[in-house]
Amino acid sequence: MNADLTSLVVVAPLLVPLAAAVASTVSAGRPRVQQAIGLGGAILLLGSALVLARAVAAAGQVRTALGGWDAPFAIEFVADGVGASLVVLAAVMGLTALLFQQDDTDPAPASPAFVPLVHAFLAGACGAFLTGDLFNLYVWFEVVLIASLGLLVLGKERRHLDGALTYFVLNVVGTLFVLVGVALVYAATGHLNYVAIAHATMADPYRVLPFVAVLSVGFLVKAGAFPLFAWLPATYHTLPAPALALFAALGTKVGVYALLRTGGAVFPTVAPLMSDLLGWVAVGTMVTGVLGAAYHWDIRRILAFHSISQVGYILLGIALGTPGGAQGALVFALHHSLVKGSLFLIAALVCREAGSYDLRHIGGLSSARPWLAALFLLQALSLVGIPPLSGFWAKFLVVRETLVLGHVVWAATALAVGALTLYSMLKIWLEAFWRAHPREDWQPPPGARPASAIAAAGLAAVTTAFGLWPEPVLRFTFMAATVLHTRP
Amino acid sequence: MIWAVALSAGALVASGAYLALSRDALRAVVGVSLIGAGANLVVLSAGRLDAVMPAFVPEGASRLADGAANPLPQALVLTAIVIGFSLTCFALALVMTIRQRVGDTDSTGLRAAEPPAGADGLPAFPDDER
Amino acid sequence: MTTRAVLLEVVVRTLYPGMLLFSLWLLVRGHNEPGGGFIGGMVAVAATAVRAVATGSADAARRMPLGPLRLAAAGVGLALLSGLPAVVTGRPYLTHLWAELPLAVTSVKVSTVLLFDLGVYLSVWGALGGIAAYMIGLDERDGEVRP
Repeated sequence: MNADLTSLVVVAPLLVPLAAAVASTVSAGRPRVQQAIGLGGAILLLGSALVLARAVAAAGQVRTALGGWDAPFAIEFVADGVGASLVVLAAVMGLTALLFQQDDTDPAPASPAFVPLVHAFLAGACGAFLTGDLFNLYVWFEVVLIASLGLLVLGKERRHLDGALTYFVLNVVGTLFVLVGVALVYAATGHLNYVAIAHATMADPYRVLPFVAVLSVGFLVKAGAFPLFAWLPATYHTLPAPALALFAALGTKVGVYALLRTGGAVFPTVAPLMSDLLGWVAVGTMVTGVLGAAYHWDIRRILAFHSISQVGYILLGIALGTPGGAQGALVFALHHSLVKGSLFLIAALVCREAGSYDLRHIGGLSSARPWLAALFLLQALSLVGIPPLSGFWAKFLVVRETLVLGHVVWAATALAVGALTLYSMLKIWLEAFWRAHPREDWQPPPGARPASAIAAAGLAAVTTAFGLWPEPVLRFTFMAATVLHTRP
Repeated sequence: MIWAVALSAGALVASGAYLALSRDALRAVVGVSLIGAGANLVVLSAGRLDAVMPAFVPEGASRLADGAANPLPQALVLTAIVIGFSLTCFALALVMTIRQRVGDTDSTGLRAAEPPAGADGLPAFPDDER
Repeated sequence: MTTRAVLLEVVVRTLYPGMLLFSLWLLVRGHNEPGGGFIGGMVAVAATAVRAVATGSADAARRMPLGPLRLAAAGVGLALLSGLPAVVTGRPYLTHLWAELPLAVTSVKVSTVLLFDLGVYLSVWGALGGIAAYMIGLDERDGEVRP
């Protein structure tokens, strides 16, 4: 490919959402123009993400240094299979969230700041997925954090403000861990570039081990790992539904991605020293998340706790430290983002049709809205991991690799947590869909909401297609994991 | 020099952590920004502190003179300060808004996002009904 | 607004244009000497903040061109645009370019860096000035300054 075009291909997934955020802020007074800019930006982002993925599929990885500076000073952007597939995921989720916002399905009122914040969030996430520089990674974390805080306070009610405060304090402490970790790694190696750090730490991993540990604690906070996840269940259910889908898909994935990247490519000799500990953290995350989900009655809070539990599976894949484990983690991250995103959108549709998110107040949807019931069942079973849906392939990859490496306890926990997942999905199914509505005179509100139904069903279609025809995704992620673990 | 910086960073983080654990939300925000100040000191000292010459490239030269300070951590810490500053601004605005709504900033009362079980008048488990 | 401090108001009205001019001077000076977009922007924020104390937060926000939010967005937009000329001329994004602009007797150096710095200046002024005005406005609305 042409050298100058490479630069543009790599940075386009950052520039498009940033430009869309700017343009939609300037047009905040005119909602229709703003919506058009938001949707157009998301479509353009998806296009540029696909172009990038094609370039990556052809070359393995593409890189560019901003400003034409040379190695130690340049801020490098590197797209490989892991980064490119997550960028495509971010684009799909952004488009879905903005599409969902088109009609008034979301029980939260619309705000003129929503579209700019969504695009800022996407820019931050894509930046984190594409950067090749440790400090730059920290900066994109902060971009995501600022956009998230903006989305959290959109509602302006007490619960939004309280939730945002919890989110702020815990997440800022997390990013400060990242910042100090980055500084210590720089002090020990003199480098911030991923490749340069990998070379510098190859010989003596024990020298940088404590610094990498500090860095990893920050990433674990961001990923929502046990026992550092308190910010997640405190805030997710206060968000407007499309923002919630975006958070569920990408919020924790940025931290997970950072762990995957640093473990596989930046500190390839240091990460194995921590993998046992990370494995137990993963087990703790899986178990606590699914138990929290069993307790709650609000659909969104059940699903939020499930997000924690599913992060555990991804961490387990990362903890294995092999290309197979990394592939499992990546596939699981993609699967979980799509399925959980669409489940949160379905939850908003349930709330709109039945009148509440609280399972104790609703029911009767299986006869009143059979298409919604079918959609929920499809996604819930995929989350549980029933073949041939996408969750099966994700779980299969992680659990198989765990067993191959002989970690029987971890694999058994993963399978047991799957059974508990089935329990809480059944709880939603029985209470919201199967049993009759508690109020006998209840009627679902009239009026069709095509855009939001298309958004939720579109995500479901993508995951189902992945489940039925996993070959291309598996091949691409296998390539990605191999490139990630190739020693430079 | 490095000892003074290390002790200051430690003191900042310690006092920040003490404040961040406070029940008062305003104190917690101030505490978090103090921890941030400590983290910034760590970033600055990551590039070694012995050089005293400003990091300017002399007229006509194409690289830094020997003995000049390392400019990279300075760029990093400036970025970190700006980000920390804007986050602190946001958090202070948030806490002041909460104070205006609620009347005080005692965080034990700020449970609107996570009401305790049974606060909505419904039992946490259906069996409790019977 | 409850009580107006006339002395403060007069002083601030006089100083305000001077503070903005000083912030612009800092912005331009930053090219070769201490100064630059961020510091210039902060001085502009200070001007907005004293204006908010003296004549009210609504007035201070109104006096920011485009209003706080759009000003910040315009700043980010400018900074993003400053990287594009490099791509057009076949260099990596954000490679900065300089040009000598002949001006009668002397010549002025024009660069995309200045455009970037101007973007930083505007976004700092817009974002932080907006927050400062908002926070000062919080205590105004209910008529008395809370303890």
